[in-house]
Amino acid sequence: MVPLEWYIGLSAVMFMIGVTGFLIRRNIIIMLLSIELMLNSVNISLVAFSHYLQDLTGQMLVLFIITVAAGEAAIGLAILVALFRNKAVAHTDEIAEMKG
Amino acid sequence: MIVPIPDLTPVTPEIIMTVSAMVLLMLELIVKNKSIIAFLGIATAGAVFYVIPMSYGETFGGMFISDEFSAYFKFIFLINLVLTILISLKYIQRQKSNYGEYYSILLFATAGMMIMASAGDLIVLYLGLELMALSTYILAGIKRHDIKSNEAAIKYFLLGAFSSALLLYGISLIYGLTTTTNIYKIGEYLGEAGASPAVLLSMALIIAAFSFKIAAAPFHMWAPDVYQGAPTSITAFMSVGPKAAGFAVIVRVFYVAFAEVQADWTAILIGIAILTMAVGNIMAIAQTNIKRMLAYSSIAHAGYMLLGIIAGTQAAVEAMMVYILIYAFMNIGAFAIIILLERGDELKDYEGLAKAHPLIAAIMLVFMFSLIGIPPTAGFIGKFYLFKAAVDAGYTWLVVIAVIFSAISAYYYLRVVMNMYMKELKEEAPIYLTPSLGLAILITVLMVIIIGVMPSTVSG
Repeated sequence: MVPLEWYIGLSAVMFMIGVTGFLIRRNIIIMLLSIELMLNSVNISLVAFSHYLQDLTGQMLVLFIITVAAGEAAIGLAILVALFRNKAVAHTDEIAEMKG
Repeated sequence: MIVPIPDLTPVTPEIIMTVSAMVLLMLELIVKNKSIIAFLGIATAGAVFYVIPMSYGETFGGMFISDEFSAYFKFIFLINLVLTILISLKYIQRQKSNYGEYYSILLFATAGMMIMASAGDLIVLYLGLELMALSTYILAGIKRHDIKSNEAAIKYFLLGAFSSALLLYGISLIYGLTTTTNIYKIGEYLGEAGASPAVLLSMALIIAAFSFKIAAAPFHMWAPDVYQGAPTSITAFMSVGPKAAGFAVIVRVFYVAFAEVQADWTAILIGIAILTMAVGNIMAIAQTNIKRMLAYSSIAHAGYMLLGIIAGTQAAVEAMMVYILIYAFMNIGAFAIIILLERGDELKDYEGLAKAHPLIAAIMLVFMFSLIGIPPTAGFIGKFYLFKAAVDAGYTWLVVIAVIFSAISAYYYLRVVMNMYMKELKEEAPIYLTPSLGLAILITVLMVIIIGVMPSTVSG
């Protein structure tokens, strides 16, 4: 059996990769993917905790997170399509209409 | 197996709000006149307001709590919703975004805030938060042919999604430590087991996520761009609703779940509050766009409100709740005036307004004085209660800092007044006065003055 620490370690590493990707990459699609990575790292740790604690609450939360993440991706891509129609960029440095 | 149906009485306000939002979404296909949908939205708010006092109780095994605390915040959300609908009616037509969905999504966002205020469990809190956040992302980008509105929406979306991922990681850690996501049971467990480094990490992640929602520094970067790019009516909505909902969950989560580590989160929040007041007030000085200036001002106000959480007494939390109510009136009022003057939202567009429209300039003057906190306006009463409660709790030095920053804020608020009264009128200043917008301005200005003159109306 895989010890709990390994899952938590994997989840922490994935979360950090997601945070780093979000902070250093400037392409909006990659930033969206980084957020998905962060959410899925949370799912891994929740399922692992849920299994080792023999408690179903964690898995219940995972189902909610997956559902909400789908909605979030749909809205994020819809906003990106609206932006792309007005200005064909997907790079945050070029989206700078407002400053101050 | 028979699944027992839980007691639905405590959730009736949310059910009414959600069902009505869905009905409006369908109705939008048939009804061509969008004002009817708007008025149905206001009627829903009225119905929910009527139901809230009858809904007290706990349900779904303690996951959902309807008490006086949540009822007060729901009252603020309903005021926010009604005033936003009133100021949107003709404005959103002029912005060529007169979609019926607009009102429906406003109702969904309000339902999300109401769920947040009532959350007794971190899962419910997360769902309410996402319902509110996803709806406001759409609303910020509702002017979909306007590049600035798109930009506001994408920035809000990216940082909002990032902050909810931080929140979830914090929730997963606290769940792993305590085997529960119920806010009260977490509090009991930590009370027995004591704090560990993992609890502090989880607390720090949750503080970061909530700071995004209330636009507190150093997580405030999205606010100026989003407030400037979004339609002005939505800026008014966003500057009050999500902030109030954020404070509602901060009170519930930190005072109940993290009561054991109060000394630690108080120390973090003191730092955040000072930084927030400094960034908000100092950056606002340099702004030339009034919506951007009000964005920084709303960041600064989040800093003042945090004093109520830091002080940690019941009187301080109550003072903070009164402050949010007052802030709702004065801030939405100021945005209503911005909508009224369609010449532009640069500060120079306000030059000589007092000569063209003396009454409008006078009303704007009242809102600006209230935002500074000059008596006899409501803003003074709010700041007075808040600062007094913080002094009573022993945070005199923090209040001194807050008062100094509050004095700095007079500079940029009074610059609007100076532009209106002491500059010459250069060109015509057209206004778009409609009955609903006039009503919204009348309500807000009356409330600001009434609360300022008779503070007993809110302190009871």
